[in-house]
Amino acid sequence: MFFLFALIAVVGALGVVTLRNPMYGAVSLLVTFLAIAVLFLLRHAEFLAMVQVFVYGGGIMVLFLFVIMLVNQHQLKESNKYAAHWWVAIAVALVLGAVLIHAFLPAALTNPSVTPPAFTDVDGVARGNSEAVAWQLYRQYLMPFEIVSVFLLVAMVGAVVLGRRQ
Amino acid sequence: MGAVLEVGTLHYLVLSAVLFLIGVVGIIVRRNMITVLMSIELVLNSVNLNLIAFSYSHGDLTGQIFAIFTIAVAAGEAAVGLGILVSLFRLRQTTELDKATELSG
Amino acid sequence: MRLLWLIPLMPFLGAFLNGVVLRDRIGKKGVWIVACGSVLASLLLAVLAISGYLGSEQYAAGEGFEQTLYEWIGSGAMGLNDGTFADLSIEMGFLLDPLSCVMLFVVTFVGFWIHWFSVGYMDHEPGFQRYFTYLNLFMGMMLMLILGNNFLVTFVGWEGVGLCSYLLIGFYYDQDFPPYAGRKAFIVNRVGDFAFLAGMFALVAHFGTLNYGKLFSAIEHNPASVQGEYVLGLTFAGFVTLALFLGATGKSAQIPLYVWLPDAMAGPTPVSALIHAATMVTAGVYMVVRSNALYQLAPEIGSVVAVIGVLTAIFAATIGLVQTDIKKVLAYSTVSQLGYMFLACGVGAYTAAIFHLMTHAFFKALMFLGSGSVIHAMGGEQDMRKMGGLKEHMPWTYRTFLVGTLAIAGVPGLAGFFSKDQILAGAWGGNKALWVVGLITAGLTACYMFRLVLMTFHGKFRGTEEQHDHLHESPPSMTIPLIVLAVGAAISGYVGIPKLGHFDINVFDHFVGRVIAHVGDHEAHHASVAVELLLMAASVAVGLAGIWLAWRYYGGDKGLVEGERWAAKYPKIHRLLENKYWVDEAYDETVVKGTWASARGLFGFDSKFIDGVLVNGSRHFTVAISLLSGFFDKYFVDGLVNLVGWVSHATSRFFRSLQTGLVSQYALVLAIGTAVLVWFYIAVRLGS
Repeated sequence: MFFLFALIAVVGALGVVTLRNPMYGAVSLLVTFLAIAVLFLLRHAEFLAMVQVFVYGGGIMVLFLFVIMLVNQHQLKESNKYAAHWWVAIAVALVLGAVLIHAFLPAALTNPSVTPPAFTDVDGVARGNSEAVAWQLYRQYLMPFEIVSVFLLVAMVGAVVLGRRQ
Repeated sequence: MGAVLEVGTLHYLVLSAVLFLIGVVGIIVRRNMITVLMSIELVLNSVNLNLIAFSYSHGDLTGQIFAIFTIAVAAGEAAVGLGILVSLFRLRQTTELDKATELSG
Repeated sequence: MRLLWLIPLMPFLGAFLNGVVLRDRIGKKGVWIVACGSVLASLLLAVLAISGYLGSEQYAAGEGFEQTLYEWIGSGAMGLNDGTFADLSIEMGFLLDPLSCVMLFVVTFVGFWIHWFSVGYMDHEPGFQRYFTYLNLFMGMMLMLILGNNFLVTFVGWEGVGLCSYLLIGFYYDQDFPPYAGRKAFIVNRVGDFAFLAGMFALVAHFGTLNYGKLFSAIEHNPASVQGEYVLGLTFAGFVTLALFLGATGKSAQIPLYVWLPDAMAGPTPVSALIHAATMVTAGVYMVVRSNALYQLAPEIGSVVAVIGVLTAIFAATIGLVQTDIKKVLAYSTVSQLGYMFLACGVGAYTAAIFHLMTHAFFKALMFLGSGSVIHAMGGEQDMRKMGGLKEHMPWTYRTFLVGTLAIAGVPGLAGFFSKDQILAGAWGGNKALWVVGLITAGLTACYMFRLVLMTFHGKFRGTEEQHDHLHESPPSMTIPLIVLAVGAAISGYVGIPKLGHFDINVFDHFVGRVIAHVGDHEAHHASVAVELLLMAASVAVGLAGIWLAWRYYGGDKGLVEGERWAAKYPKIHRLLENKYWVDEAYDETVVKGTWASARGLFGFDSKFIDGVLVNGSRHFTVAISLLSGFFDKYFVDGLVNLVGWVSHATSRFFRSLQTGLVSQYALVLAIGTAVLVWFYIAVRLGS
């Protein structure tokens, strides 16, 4: 299961980066998002999977598609879609990748087989992932939550301002 | 082979790294602004994937909550980024990134 | 007596007031009050000082009165010729002893009357105040000269009177000749001064002091110290006396440095009276008499002095015989009489020299002032050929002038007789030949002086109509000094009546004789009474002969006619005398032209080598160095600065190139940076 969806995710990602038409790239991205959502589920992060679908798939991708339509990108033809230094980028990326994996290697070797109880428990009672998340979110992480709200407000205002025709 | 097939955190890590790299390459390489923004979203998603995987391996919800925040931020950033893109497009009538050279010195 | 130092100060004060402070602020009356007043003050102070000295204990002990004001030059130990060391200390001090008493009296007395005379004489001359300033300055310097207690103070006065002589000879500076004459006087004097200095240096090197008292007592106690071999084959005493005497020939107008005195007549007549008759020119005689201790120990130089003196005397007398300018006659007469004084010094009759100095001051000043009176009446005319018969118009001038002439001719009863006679007696004692020449000169003196009187005052007037109308006796301001001096010329001789056997009331000789050292085996030769009387008779006879000769050719109404006939009989001799033996011309050709040539040569050297090579060379050198320095600065130093700028420019260019503005490039750099950072993080993590 994992490998299937992992493959889908990677293919989708490659599509985003490779496809000439941004419209196709957006669709490819959507596919990747959905694959990732499934992968979330595989790790027992049900709430987050749903959030991923709604927010990313339903919100952000729609936004992207709107903008693509707005700038008429689905009709344009690029002459040369890659920058001149693409090979440097690949090299750097490979190096970066190696470094990152190397960094997280020790921690990645633990391998629990059962769902951790914390994922579904609230005060020792198994309720489900959403409750558990909510319990943690609104108590321990209340402050960040509020700050993120303000952040979203700011982003919204900014987007409106930027979008105005002057 | 059997050990490899046994899906563990390492697999998620590698996958996340791969997605991350693809996204980074996309940011650097692609000349279309929209594609660059989409690549950024890809990177953020790979990070989320990593967070979930390690949260699971630690048995701690903190990772998931962190991922929620990441998603929220990514959403806000996408909105603003697209707003900038629209403004730039209105100014230059093109979405070619290399044409936006005001920062050149 | 303690006020001795005020005596030279008063005229200096007068000069300072008239010359600096009160310039053009007081009228003529104020000027002559200041000037004559200061000299009068000096005179009175001098009388006080002299009388004080005569009653003092120093006089009784046979010493002089010294007053030291302050130490002028003081230096540490200096090595003397004999190897010892002495501290050099030259003080500013004054000495009052019989010699300086006599000089002091003469200078202040005669000086005062000449100042008085000048008030009337210079009345209508421009530069009235300047004249009196210089005259006062001269008085101060002369007083310093005679009152100084060491050679250097005397030398200061010596130079000072030379300066004033220059200033006063060239008084009429807007004409051509007076400044030239002034320069000539100063330069000729300077030659003598050089010799004087050499003598002083030798004295200092040998004795370590220039103080008269110390010096001469040292010599008296140890005569041998100055009689060793020195330089040029002379003894020490010989060298010093010769050097000092050469200085004296300059100041006192003897051969070879007399040439300035006749030309000095270009100055105002009272100046000639004061400086070139009574005072300055006698400084040389004073100096020789002061140094008599040395001269007695150098008899060979004494002979030189006597010979030069007597030669000068006859030489000048012959020239005076044919001069037509009244002042020139008197000038050559002065040179001649000075020769007599040096003759006296040379034969050891030092007191006789001073005695003659004193009498000569009276009658020569008298005659110069008298000539001034004549010139004044003649409206500036000095040529005797245009005069004549003035005795009717100027009785007092005539009478006083006659007294002076009789005195100089050695007519018995008047001062000149006694002094001249004493000299001739000394000459007889020294060398008969000297006596003969001296005698002849006496005759010539009487002759040319009476020629002057006859041409000027007797006979018919030979001038122009308007000169004749202008003839008048001079005002009292001018005649009174003449009378006073005439009295002096008449009676001043009686203080020096010569010793005749046991009849000895020669006050003067005894008085001044105190300063004569007793060294060597020189014993004054006293001839017998008979010889003395014979000598006196001889000189009187010669004098009368001279007067007769003058009368024969110029007397009565003869006018110039006989004189010219006399000249025509000996044309060559007459021309020789008239042109003063062409001495001036000879000097001009050799010394003067030689000096000019060497000056021009040195000037050329200076401008070509010093200026050309050295100065310009160093200029080029400096320019080159500065060019080099400039290059260095421009290329190296500035280069460094530019390098710094270039480096920062290059680096910035490099970094600038990074700022392409290409977003994708920025993203790439981001990625690279991230990789590096994470790698470091791992390395650190793993390392620890």
